Amino acid sequence: MARRLLGEVNDMSELRELYQEVILDHNKKPRNFRVMETANHHADGHNPLCGDNVTIYLSIEDGKIADISFQGSGCAISKASASVMTTVLKGKSVADAEDLFNQFHELVTADSSEELDADHLGKLAVFSGVREFPARVKCASLAWHTVHAALAESEKPVTTE
Amino acid sequence: MTSQYDVNAIREDFPILRQRVHDLPLVYLDNAATTQKPQEVIDSIVRYYTETNANIHRGVHLLSEKATREHEDARKIVRRFLNARSTQEIIFVRGCTEAINLVADSWGADNIGPGDEILVTNMEHHSNIVPWQLLCQRLGAVLKVIPIDENGDLLMDEYVKLLGPRTKIVSVVHLSNALGTINPVHEITRLAHEAGAKVLIDGAQSVPHIAVDVQEIDCDFFAFSGHKIYGPTGIGVLYGKKELLEAMRPYQAGGDMIASVTFEETTYNALPYKFEAGTPHIAGAIALGAAIEYVERIGIAAIAAHEHDLIEYGAARLLETPGVRLIGTSANKASILSFVLEGVHPHDVGTVLDQQGVAIRTGHHCVQPVMKRFGIPATSRASLACYNTRSEIDALVDGLKKVVEIFT
Repeated sequence: MARRLLGEVNDMSELRELYQEVILDHNKKPRNFRVMETANHHADGHNPLCGDNVTIYLSIEDGKIADISFQGSGCAISKASASVMTTVLKGKSVADAEDLFNQFHELVTADSSEELDADHLGKLAVFSGVREFPARVKCASLAWHTVHAALAESEKPVTTE
Repeated sequence: MTSQYDVNAIREDFPILRQRVHDLPLVYLDNAATTQKPQEVIDSIVRYYTETNANIHRGVHLLSEKATREHEDARKIVRRFLNARSTQEIIFVRGCTEAINLVADSWGADNIGPGDEILVTNMEHHSNIVPWQLLCQRLGAVLKVIPIDENGDLLMDEYVKLLGPRTKIVSVVHLSNALGTINPVHEITRLAHEAGAKVLIDGAQSVPHIAVDVQEIDCDFFAFSGHKIYGPTGIGVLYGKKELLEAMRPYQAGGDMIASVTFEETTYNALPYKFEAGTPHIAGAIALGAAIEYVERIGIAAIAAHEHDLIEYGAARLLETPGVRLIGTSANKASILSFVLEGVHPHDVGTVLDQQGVAIRTGHHCVQPVMKRFGIPATSRASLACYNTRSEIDALVDGLKKVVEIFT
């Protein structure tokens, strides 16, 4: 329904690319949105420009992400990104998670003229629209930077600055 | 006979307003961040570099004399605009932030000591908080904060309680960039002086919207930025009472602020040059003068009346959108319409509005303590200038309808 309404608005194709239904859905009903008491890794992330903040909780067993959850508040892009990220990373190995972190970063910061190889990105491809909105790249990548820090057991809070 | 405010004629003066964004007319409502420039201000910069450019104050050739005269004429324009007693009290700086840092460093060094108190308000911009924090850290002084109420008004009773024998300076914003509140600076100054404290007024957001008379306010320092009053970036003004400036140590050192230099001893230049080291932003000062003359020609009272009508219209129309809450509802406010929309982060509001050609600002507006006070991460902020119209407010409200459609 949101997509049809977007279509009524004057040339909203780019907005439609950014605020796809999947993103709006994950914003409204974020997955894995809870504190994890049994987490063995966690990190806090903060986007000082706009006030997005996120905490990522991880339960790592035998080099695999057995469980992942998040808490935080922020814009639709940051919340949806964190939510989709948790669904994608659950069950993945730490090595795969690092790999996806790099791929996601490339996805949202790539030159918009570059061809997008969305196939191996799966669900993450919904964030391809962010590349048209440079001001929102930090919103989309905050959760990923934070998980990266949680995996590296970094002590300092993460920011996207 | 009263002359009508001809906003369309005024809009014609601002070439950038013809710009289209995302193939839609630009609706520029981010004036508290920076204002657009009238053609005559742009022309003054081009004309300076085409016809007049030379370094000032020490040359004996014609261009240098011409440039010096135009730069000092701009200083006279600023003096008259603020109703300062003398051009010696008008110091050109980079902007309001530099002006405040100048006072904190130069006045603070000799007038603040351990246990002394500095008062600011809960609605200050970071530029009127952090310089004082640094000063307090350096010299062992204490920063105290005057609280505000739910409307964004200063709690004057609390201010009086905070004023004491150890209070050395009260540094206060004239017009809040996030809330729009106009603080009672005359009263604030009177009370501060009774307690033996000095007063600095941050006028960055007030000079474009309300009349300012520094003698009438009787403040000790007043600061503003050129780019918020239709002038270029990189230029601003610090006003200071002559006897205070004379007693203050220099801020930056170098050429022009000296009288004579030897390796044994250096003596300083007279006011205002003591505080203007190095080659200044000559074109910037001249363009600032042109901008002030532009404002004076329309009349600050006329601009204030026009913007007042818009802000009342804007507040009423914004509240038609379900879920909108205005932040900053003082009975005495101007130019700023900050709001939150339930269930939608300001960042998302701003992005959707941008796609419809509407430029607002979203975020904490460099007033994180205000956001904390109201329990919100950020607001969406529309801010007015002399060229905005009712139909632009309508565009903003229509844009918000789209935001609601997308997100709910």
